[in-house]
Amino acid sequence: MTVTIPSVHYLAVLPVLIYFGAALALLLVTSLVRSKVTNNVATVTTVVASLAVLVVNAFQWRCVARSGPSMTVAHAIVLDDFSVIATAVIALSVLMSALVAHDWLRREGLAGVEFHILALASSAGAMLMTQANDLIVIFLGLEILSIGLYVLVAFDRRRANSTEASLKYFLLGGFASAIFAYGAALVYGATGSTNLTRVSYFLGSNVLTRPGLLYAGGGLLLVGFAFKVAAVPFHLWSPDVYEGAPTPVTGFMASIVKVGAFAALVRVLISALGTQLDTWRPILFVLIVLTTVVGASLAVVQRNAKRMLAYSSINHAGFILLGVWAGTVKGTAATLFYVMTYAPVVVATFAVVTLVGGVGDEHHSIDHYRGLARRQPWLGASLAVLLLSQLGAPLTTGFFAKFSVLAAAVDAGGTALAVIALLSAAIAAFFYLRWTLALYADDEIEANRVEVPRLTGLVIGFGVVFTIVFGIWPGPLATLAQHATVFFTP
Amino acid sequence: MHSSLWLSALIVVPLIGAVLAALVRKSEGAAYVVGLATSVVELALTVVVVVLYNNHIPGAQTFDFASRHVLSAPLGLAYDVALDGIALFLVVLAALAVLLALWGAREKNREPSFVAWMLLLTSFTIGSFVSHDVLEFFIFFELTLIPSYFIISQWGGVQRSKAALKFFIYTFTGSAPLLVGILYLGFAHQNQSLNAPLTFSYSALSATAMTHGTAVWLFVAFAIAFAVKSPIWPLHTWSPLTYAEAPTGGSIELSALLAKLGSYGLLRFAVGLFPLALVTMRPILLTLAVIGILYGSAVACVTPDLKRLVAFSSLAQMGFITLGVMSGSKIATVGAVLLMFNHGVITIGFFLLIGFIERRRGSYLVKDLVGLQGPAPVLAALFTVVMLASIGLPGLSGFVSEYLILIGTFATHAWWAVVATIGVVASALYLLWAYQRVFHGRAEGANAEIADASGAERWVMVPVVVLIVVLGVFPRPVLDRISPSVQQLVEHTAPSGVTK
Repeated sequence: MTVTIPSVHYLAVLPVLIYFGAALALLLVTSLVRSKVTNNVATVTTVVASLAVLVVNAFQWRCVARSGPSMTVAHAIVLDDFSVIATAVIALSVLMSALVAHDWLRREGLAGVEFHILALASSAGAMLMTQANDLIVIFLGLEILSIGLYVLVAFDRRRANSTEASLKYFLLGGFASAIFAYGAALVYGATGSTNLTRVSYFLGSNVLTRPGLLYAGGGLLLVGFAFKVAAVPFHLWSPDVYEGAPTPVTGFMASIVKVGAFAALVRVLISALGTQLDTWRPILFVLIVLTTVVGASLAVVQRNAKRMLAYSSINHAGFILLGVWAGTVKGTAATLFYVMTYAPVVVATFAVVTLVGGVGDEHHSIDHYRGLARRQPWLGASLAVLLLSQLGAPLTTGFFAKFSVLAAAVDAGGTALAVIALLSAAIAAFFYLRWTLALYADDEIEANRVEVPRLTGLVIGFGVVFTIVFGIWPGPLATLAQHATVFFTP
Repeated sequence: MHSSLWLSALIVVPLIGAVLAALVRKSEGAAYVVGLATSVVELALTVVVVVLYNNHIPGAQTFDFASRHVLSAPLGLAYDVALDGIALFLVVLAALAVLLALWGAREKNREPSFVAWMLLLTSFTIGSFVSHDVLEFFIFFELTLIPSYFIISQWGGVQRSKAALKFFIYTFTGSAPLLVGILYLGFAHQNQSLNAPLTFSYSALSATAMTHGTAVWLFVAFAIAFAVKSPIWPLHTWSPLTYAEAPTGGSIELSALLAKLGSYGLLRFAVGLFPLALVTMRPILLTLAVIGILYGSAVACVTPDLKRLVAFSSLAQMGFITLGVMSGSKIATVGAVLLMFNHGVITIGFFLLIGFIERRRGSYLVKDLVGLQGPAPVLAALFTVVMLASIGLPGLSGFVSEYLILIGTFATHAWWAVVATIGVVASALYLLWAYQRVFHGRAEGANAEIADASGAERWVMVPVVVLIVVLGVFPRPVLDRISPSVQQLVEHTAPSGVTK
């Protein structure tokens, strides 16, 4: 028996290899010469790896522009503009998170090489998901992403609720992965393949007389994804994990998981199951209504900033799903645009929360933010801008992100859905504003100035500038997102 | 056609002023000077624009200063400005309001931020008035919320947090259907022609073909947002608290200016884009307008404080404007557009005077004030002029516009006009009664010791009084500029060219 090794187009998998390589190198070196590898070395490694990925992305973009999208590793990995952009967003988020984490690790006095190793490995998993063209590869990416995160959530061993959150995330995440794997198996049973292109081809050229198996499989896949992006009713883990995890990890998780999971979800629903649009749309409809409304409503009653942001991110997940629901090229572009603009903002927001959290990462009540903008105008104003961006105020990227998914949904006939989502945004406005109000409150409680280390300040500044510049001038990003999804054939 | 640079300057000048005001925060009083200088320049610019305005541009209807630049094709985003007679004087009002608010209602506490927010608000409001693109209008319309929110929540009264939140959430919720309606309209327009790019240009969208049912739904979606902003009964419930809790400058901006965004939007966008819906929606909105007039007047009679009194009186006045806008009569619509300006000026006067009283007595509750006429005769005289204009005394500005509205509406919808006339009588009742309680009688204690209007306060009121008298006696130049645009709009919306 001969085994044929599939040809590999190395440029396509280079970002994943760089991240894995960096993680492995750090792991090896740190176990051989422990004392030599300081936090600084680890941070520099992550930063260099991320920059390298961004450079590779530029080459990939040119390669796709020249010779079109291509598949490699036996059609399991895709290289197209969509994956290039999603990968770049992940690299950017990792870069920002690493800088925030660097300052945090120093503040907490933790040895942080493991943090960077885990973060790099996790991100490699997320990148794999954005490029996956096979259910098994998606599963692989999902597991790599998740296992790193389980550990990262528990990274601060001194905090009991960090461990508790990790256990909760691990148990529920394990279930979700199992459900996803079962779904993949059922889809294989129904269509004879796990390859997304083949599944799509099979469904396009055959009529299933008894589609029950496919529906069950697709439904289970959807549940797996809904868990990862924390769509209601599969969101119960998210507030506890967001609260329990060390804050930089929460920001990291909120950004890269969304990018990876939504990229893969788009590929599964639009590329592979595009023919079943009429079947999965009603399910998504219900998910979106629940996710947007419940996410926004439960956020209103929170007093803890991190829990509030957890529910806010649930609300955002509902909006992103709106773009997927549209099931059109425009919807896919809107989903990508939303994720592109959301990731830097959420990392920067959690960077501020990290700073205010103080030593021990304890100060997360909304009362700790009272008068922050009075004491430290720049920091307070930055947080206000980031919150307004999440709210969807004009002149920030948040407005155009919401605008583009709503436009896609209305264009696809989802006027009612768009109205419901927007009304949930009005509910969400309540808690973003209450927070902003606290920032500018006069009756400040006794509070110390918040230390702003240079790197974290840089990340926050970048997030603010990003959201304002592209909020005034969204053209380039919108064109990029549109360009990246032209070849997406639903 | 004049250059659109004039309009861009109107948007940009206050932005520059806001940045400058924020930059000079270290030196005492510098922001105040920057704010005043910027608003004077802005007002001068608007006057130049009024003088230059030409309503006979071939192929551009009555729009002047027009130009369009597409910013992002996939999003349908464009910078598109133009000005016609309907928006012309609202732009002047915006510049006037910010000047008088900064001058007459100076906020010493954290002044640089206050000035910056006020100037930002002016820029965004003027941006909405000159937008010739529905999406651009929406963006500016939403943007006005942010400065208003900060002005109320930071410089307002005791319940400022609650008021700011209520205001924001109410308006934000109201604009949800508006955004979806705009998107729906944009795509309906795009899908009607092959390979058409996505556009939200007003002139393109007004040619969209639609069924009566679609038009009604879209009209409702638009009207909700504008009814909240105006406010139109029953969506007014945010306004009394917000007007009362906002600082004087904020109250001026909110009720003199931002409320006009609602009525302007109703006329320009709801009526202008969906004439098919009028046959169904006209009776409903006329009825709501009349209810608003009666309800506002009735509550104004019993309300315990002066700011709320003006808030409810504004509800009634906005009812008159809605009546004119929805009447389908050219005369009444001209009257409504004029009343938008006149009511703005009158409200600026009211809130400035209430601000003066509050500065002296620390209260604007009717029960705390008595016999102010004795110690402060000039203040009382100024109040009288503004009050009489608001009542609609012939010879003052309020009369001209209310008269045009009622006579025009009577021709098309007689019964609504008849009932609305009660509102004119009622306004005399509640305003004179309030005047009697506050200014007449014997002043005792703190009331007897208040100072009369100072020199600066008298000067601030001069533009208000001049405008009230001049527009009451000689409104012709203003009407001449408003009429052609209104005629165009009314003819566009009337079935088979019937106009009255």
